[in-house]
Amino acid sequence: MEALLDLHECTVQFGGLTAVNALSLQIGPNDLVGLIGPNGAGKTTVFNIITGIYKPTSGTITLAGSSIVGRKASAIAERGIARTFQNIRLFESLTVFDNVRAAFTMRLRHGIAHALWRGKPFLKEEREINAQVLEILSIFQLEKAHGVACKSLSYGDQRRLEIVRALATRPKLLLLDEPAAGMNPSEKDDLMKLIQFVKEKFQIAVLLVEHDMKVVMGICQRIVVLDYGVKIAEGSPEEIRRNPKVIEAYLGEETTPPAPTP
Amino acid sequence: MRDWSKFALLGAILVSLLVSQFIHLDPYFSIVVVNIGINIILAVSLNLVNGYTGQFSLGHAGFMAIGAYTSAAITSFGGPRWFDWLGGINAFTTSTLFVVALIVGGLAAALAGLVIGVPSLRLKGDYLAIATLGFGEIIRVIIQNTDAMGGSRGFSVSGIYTTIFWTYSVAAITIYVVVNLVHSAYGRGFLTVRDDEIAAEAIGVNTTKYKVVAFVLASFFAGIAGGLYAHFIGYLTPEGFGFMKSIEIIVMVILGGMGNTVGVIFAAILLTILPEVLRPVQQYRMVIYSLMLIILMLTRPQGLFGGLTWRRSTSWLRRKKIPLEDGSAA
Repeated sequence: MEALLDLHECTVQFGGLTAVNALSLQIGPNDLVGLIGPNGAGKTTVFNIITGIYKPTSGTITLAGSSIVGRKASAIAERGIARTFQNIRLFESLTVFDNVRAAFTMRLRHGIAHALWRGKPFLKEEREINAQVLEILSIFQLEKAHGVACKSLSYGDQRRLEIVRALATRPKLLLLDEPAAGMNPSEKDDLMKLIQFVKEKFQIAVLLVEHDMKVVMGICQRIVVLDYGVKIAEGSPEEIRRNPKVIEAYLGEETTPPAPTP
Repeated sequence: MRDWSKFALLGAILVSLLVSQFIHLDPYFSIVVVNIGINIILAVSLNLVNGYTGQFSLGHAGFMAIGAYTSAAITSFGGPRWFDWLGGINAFTTSTLFVVALIVGGLAAALAGLVIGVPSLRLKGDYLAIATLGFGEIIRVIIQNTDAMGGSRGFSVSGIYTTIFWTYSVAAITIYVVVNLVHSAYGRGFLTVRDDEIAAEAIGVNTTKYKVVAFVLASFFAGIAGGLYAHFIGYLTPEGFGFMKSIEIIVMVILGGMGNTVGVIFAAILLTILPEVLRPVQQYRMVIYSLMLIILMLTRPQGLFGGLTWRRSTSWLRRKKIPLEDGSAA
């Protein structure tokens, strides 16, 4: 199977610090992959090199066969990688509707001249976009709130809106950066259902960075474990759970308890 | 669905034509009215950069200067030839000459905006403000040292062509462009750049392109405002386009409410009239002016019209809104 996203021997160094070390990772067209690791393991750095915020010091990244290393973040988004952020980044002064509508700017057929002349083709496109925005909002039960300022949404809804906005760019690969952070157990259950629904409904690949083991183990087909920038394990949730290296990275080395002194 | 903005623009131009043809104001009053129009153009265009796109530029007066000097050079040096060629000075030849001069002045300012914007828009916040301030001063100093344009002695413009009609037509076009741009799917890009650049890039908005487009458009209109100013005042000095002029425009933008065109228009009117109204109290004029600014900022930090949108304040003008699936309107 041809991989959708292929990271080959990617290394990221900040001065003397190696944040990610020779990481290779493949994601297929409809995979749901989890990326886990202790704090500071380099998970978010991996996201940032995939989305073009950082450039890897060495290594190649290809999306559907073509290299995306060194491209602008907006160009990578246009090629089909969408993401959400660890700390929600919505456009705070815009309404729910406009937050999603903004995701359509990159595939507009009509540019600045049409926006000024406002002829028939322009108005038609605006109407089409409005309809599409409402359609995608209604898939996620947010259509009632379309006119509301996005910051007045509940925390869970803001997370959901961020995912909707990412999906509105019609990505091939969706990167979710700690979507369950700050959620209560019932919200986490909803989120797990939502991620699986998104993957099936839109037929896209999902790469998930998450601290919450219940979420990761519950939905991911494959899990990659990072520790100090190095991939220490990759496999199904069951394999990862039993992997001694993973247990060591999370809980520390197993030592024989000292014999009780009499 | 029809779009009424073009008719509104035509109507505004027509009204300004009628006013300038049939209503004769006394000279002092018409100076104030034209100044208001020029300030509206400056403030509304700067609002596209500082308000809607969130890039704090401090160099607007510099672009105004480029437009003023370029258009003044065209009418002063090219004017006589133009009149010879087209057969004498009449309403047609002067207005075509003036329009050409204004547009070329605007384009020159836009070009300067492109040259200055591409490198400096990589900077953020305070750094961008300082860089644009520096560029504005560079423009002023260059003019000061250009002998062909009078240097620091100033430059006498040959024709006084600016009327209420020209000023308010350009003001209407500026408002039309900014409002229509911002209220289109394309224009939403400006607002996303202001709110969160990283998130904007992540959904495919080319933030550099949007920033440069906003900057170049604003410079273009500043240049045209400069041309209007030049052919109204009749005498240009580099000092008139200093840092204080930029500040004056920025105060209008902030007072009106960043990213709020209606508010910025009212602030431009208010801040042009205020010093005139305060003339009787001479020596206390600037004290009262400053005090009023402080009080306004303390009581309405979001700007005079912060929170009020163009759409909301003009909704009574439109019979139909953009229809959505469920019958409501966006």
